[in-house]
Amino acid sequence: MDIKNIKSEFPIFKQKINGKPLVYLDSANSSQKPKSVIDRISNFYETEFSNVGRSVHTLAIKATNRFEATRDIVKKYINAQYREEIIFTKGATESINLIASTFGEKYINAGDEILITELEHHSNYVPWYFLRKKKGAVIKFALVNDNGEVEIDEIKKLITDKTKIIAITHISNVTGAIMPIKKITGLAKEKNIPVLVDGSQGAPHLQIDMQDLGCDFYAISCHKMYGPNGLGILYAKKKWLDDLPPYQGGGGMIYEVKKENITYAETPTKFEAGTLQTVEVVAFAESINFIEKLGIKNILAHENEILEYGLEKLKKNNSINIIGNPKERGSVLCFTIKGIHPHDVATILDDEGVAIRAGHHCCQILHDKLGVPATARASIGVYNTKEDIDILCKAIDNCKKVFQI
Amino acid sequence: MELKELYQEIILDHGKAPRNKGKCKGYTHDAQAYNPLCGDKVHIYLKLDKKKNITDMSFEGEGCAISLASASILTDTLKGKDFSFTKKITEDFLNMVKNKIKITLNSLTEDQITTITSLSGVQKFPMRVKCATMAWHTLLSALDNKKLNS
Repeated sequence: MDIKNIKSEFPIFKQKINGKPLVYLDSANSSQKPKSVIDRISNFYETEFSNVGRSVHTLAIKATNRFEATRDIVKKYINAQYREEIIFTKGATESINLIASTFGEKYINAGDEILITELEHHSNYVPWYFLRKKKGAVIKFALVNDNGEVEIDEIKKLITDKTKIIAITHISNVTGAIMPIKKITGLAKEKNIPVLVDGSQGAPHLQIDMQDLGCDFYAISCHKMYGPNGLGILYAKKKWLDDLPPYQGGGGMIYEVKKENITYAETPTKFEAGTLQTVEVVAFAESINFIEKLGIKNILAHENEILEYGLEKLKKNNSINIIGNPKERGSVLCFTIKGIHPHDVATILDDEGVAIRAGHHCCQILHDKLGVPATARASIGVYNTKEDIDILCKAIDNCKKVFQI
Repeated sequence: MELKELYQEIILDHGKAPRNKGKCKGYTHDAQAYNPLCGDKVHIYLKLDKKKNITDMSFEGEGCAISLASASILTDTLKGKDFSFTKKITEDFLNMVKNKIKITLNSLTEDQITTITSLSGVQKFPMRVKCATMAWHTLLSALDNKKLNS
């Protein structure tokens, strides 16, 4: 596989959008899927499908083995210590909710502090807000600086004896700022504070090594990693999973059910109630295989090349205001065009086959701070090329033509 | 081609320089709406007489060209109109945008019909229909939403 021609591995690029080749710049929202992942889904349904972990027939054994194999593959890929530290969820959102709910139930009380940042996606604020409402906890926001990043000193300043957890994004989905996770976990360790990382944007682009990052919890969104929709992963240190109460009740997560009492299964089963996304989990192994074949470092280098090229080109355009100027930027280019609302930009770009996202990107706190209700966002994936950026820039010029400015 | 139907001169003009923006003096009724998906906001202010005829109206809002133009055109068309006309034209407008039914009100001038019809371009952009309809739905709420101290 050659990274320069990787588009050919993604069937979606065979079609035309509004008569033009598809220029997909919305990977921070969701990535496209390589053929190997798509094929694995249909192939699994055609030849191996059964529910996992319950029946003893041949297909059930096959399906269970495939399913559990992905757990091992993920464990290895993110360098977790134990396979039991990998929990399958329906998305990064559920991964964060799982921790906010269970950790919150056991360890957060009135007056306790939850430290997050102004960069957070709603999925890493709303679950904590629930705890504020329910338990009277306090949410502290580490402020973003003018470059759209949160400095380590800002976080250090806000840590107190009451801080019970730090929940922080790996890469901002708006400013693209890459957070200094290792420094944050270093700080937190001194005070024995667990750290949750929202890896929705981090996992698809960076090498994620749990031993190196040193976080307690890491939330992954599989559909942003060239994987199936409806699947997420929660990495959590085993000591936490053994300690925390279950999240949802139902089949599979129990040990013994009696009228008077219920005991729960061991980690990770305790946190995986009900029938999980069997085919999605199985096919996610192919997503990791795809990433590993190319090499995450090569993917990052390629994406950075496109990102730099895009930044340079957009900066040259006087009517464009680029959101954020972080020292370390990951794969996201948010911008506004003077005199044209981002939604109009997105519609006009779409007419040229260019798919971007417009809106607040589930980051209203940050947009309030930036003083804009919405921005346009072009985000880079492995399949993007410099030519895509050229087409984007031409389409941006067309916005100005349509609006006669 | 369809893009040109969406962003017609009239819409760009109203979008860039919306009419009747602000809070009209002595308004008696108002309502606001917000689209959490895109962040568009609109707040309609009405000064109604006892028969709910619109003696004055204005709006505040932020959003895309379509939503601003729609609110602007709405206020421009309905200022000074009576209650039954307002109800009928709003119904007709929503029907036009959602069900592609032509507006045929006799009491509108040809200019006014052209202006309102310019918003029918959203029919081909399902994701943008809400941008055009939000102000009109908000108007309907405002007609029934008397300001507390008026």
